[in-house]
Amino acid sequence: MRIERHPILTFTKGAKVQFYFEGEPLEGYEGEPIAAALHAAGIRCLRHSPVRNRPRGFFCAIGNCSSCLMVVDGVPNVRVCVEKLRAGMDVRRQKGKGDLNVSD
Amino acid sequence: MFRTELAVVGAGPAGLSAALAASECGVDTLIVDNGSTPGGQLVKQTHKFFGSKAEHAGTRGIHIARLLAGELQRSPQVEYWSESTALGYYEDQVLLVEREGRAHAVHCDALVVATGAAERHMVFPGNDLPGVYGAGAVQTLMNVHGVKPGERVLIVGAGNIGLIVSYQLLQAGVRVAAVVEASRYIGGYAVHASKLRRLSVPILTSHTVKEAHGHEQVERATVWQIDETFTGVPGTEIEFEVDVICLAVGLSPVTDLLCQIGCKMKYVPELGGYVPIRNENMQTTRSEVFVAGDASGVEEGSSAMLTGRLAGYAAAAYLGKCPDFQNKRAECQRALDALRAGPSGQKVRAGLSVVVSMEAGTC
Ligand SMILES: Cc1cc2nc3c(=O)[nH]c(=O)nc-3n(C[C@H](O)[C@H](O)[C@H](O)COP(=O)(O)OP(=O)(O)OC[C@H]3O[C@@H](n4cnc5c(N)ncnc54)[C@H](O)[C@@H]3O)c2cc1C
Repeated sequence: MRIERHPILTFTKGAKVQFYFEGEPLEGYEGEPIAAALHAAGIRCLRHSPVRNRPRGFFCAIGNCSSCLMVVDGVPNVRVCVEKLRAGMDVRRQKGKGDLNVSD
Repeated sequence: MFRTELAVVGAGPAGLSAALAASECGVDTLIVDNGSTPGGQLVKQTHKFFGSKAEHAGTRGIHIARLLAGELQRSPQVEYWSESTALGYYEDQVLLVEREGRAHAVHCDALVVATGAAERHMVFPGNDLPGVYGAGAVQTLMNVHGVKPGERVLIVGAGNIGLIVSYQLLQAGVRVAAVVEASRYIGGYAVHASKLRRLSVPILTSHTVKEAHGHEQVERATVWQIDETFTGVPGTEIEFEVDVICLAVGLSPVTDLLCQIGCKMKYVPELGGYVPIRNENMQTTRSEVFVAGDASGVEEGSSAMLTGRLAGYAAAAYLGKCPDFQNKRAECQRALDALRAGPSGQKVRAGLSVVVSMEAGTC
């Protein structure tokens, strides 16, 4: 899902790094938004809604709408459309409102 | 506490132009933006801009962003904080800014709010499925991060944004199944529509999305025709196998900061929603607070730069630092009038006629 060739743009990327999604290893580029790395790996469902348990992805991709909240390294409600990817991150789908004690 | 004469919130074309104008008058300026690179909407626009030549029309949006950011760098009087979000502004003229996980208090003598606009959503069953994305999100993903939003996309809205994003998707190697438009006419420019038609992308006017289908994400969309009352016509349904539904159905000004400040607001559909009442100098009902760009009413890049410059000079004049203000003001206003002239500017003119009021302060 990465754009290989573009008539106008060239993309400068960070180093290739490994991170974890639901415990499974994935690769992405350091410094890109977590959501971009997930999307490139074909993952679009980022959480499930609090009341009706509906799948949710991102909508605005610039940190405004809060549709993309995930649990990152145990911290819930992280806006993965703007949070930058780092090596070894543990990224998980958030259920509902997220639990502040998940890191314990 | 950090002190500055002028604080500018938002580093899109409006905020950058405001900061440049103010610094030209010798005003110490801090500009804060929650993005990682300056330029606002411009950083994802790969096409050559329409608008006014003096405001860089004919140049690609990404390059306009670099031009403005370059000027800013050369201006010693401007400090720029990226990845910094303005959270609120209080009676004692303190702007609260979140930066690197910490709150910073910034005292300013004047403030320009240039927070831009946010995309509208639309009501249909399945509209919350992953794969229903705003046009800006589609652009950010493919033009900034180099990731395809999907394999096959349905575009909703044939205004300039819908048409341009369709073309950008094709450039990125993504298929566009169709563009649907509720109105009977294509709202965007004919040049953009023709480009798509030549590439055999159908543009269906008087059509809208009836439903999005899919389990964990969008797998299919049903489109149907609508009549003069915008009601769906049963029996006209068309199915599209798509994995993305891209909404380009308009923008609304981002005005939460202005509302929190207590600036008097008014709902003006022609300008995209709630906008602050202001005088001809972009000064709001709170005398040290100015507004610029899409946050003052959704227009386009050229007018964002011009209203930004106007707000920057006006803020400098308010601070007693723009002796030549009347001339500078007149120059900006002339360019704005030219831009908003003619039939395409009619909506904006109608909107402005009800919010530009002497009720706001005089500077
Ligand atoms: C697909 C598309 C195509 C377009 N094509 C054209 C064209 O060809 N010609 C043309 O003239 N115009 C075009 N435009 C419109 C143009 O891009 C916008 O009108 C213009 O960018 C508005 O400028 P602005 O500075 O008001 O807002 P923006 O560019 O939206 O910038 C606002 C900035 O403020 C930041 N911000 C918001 N809130 C806060 C906060 N609380 N704290 C810190 N920062 C904050 C945002 O992150 C953003 O960086 C197009 C727009 C789109 C989406």
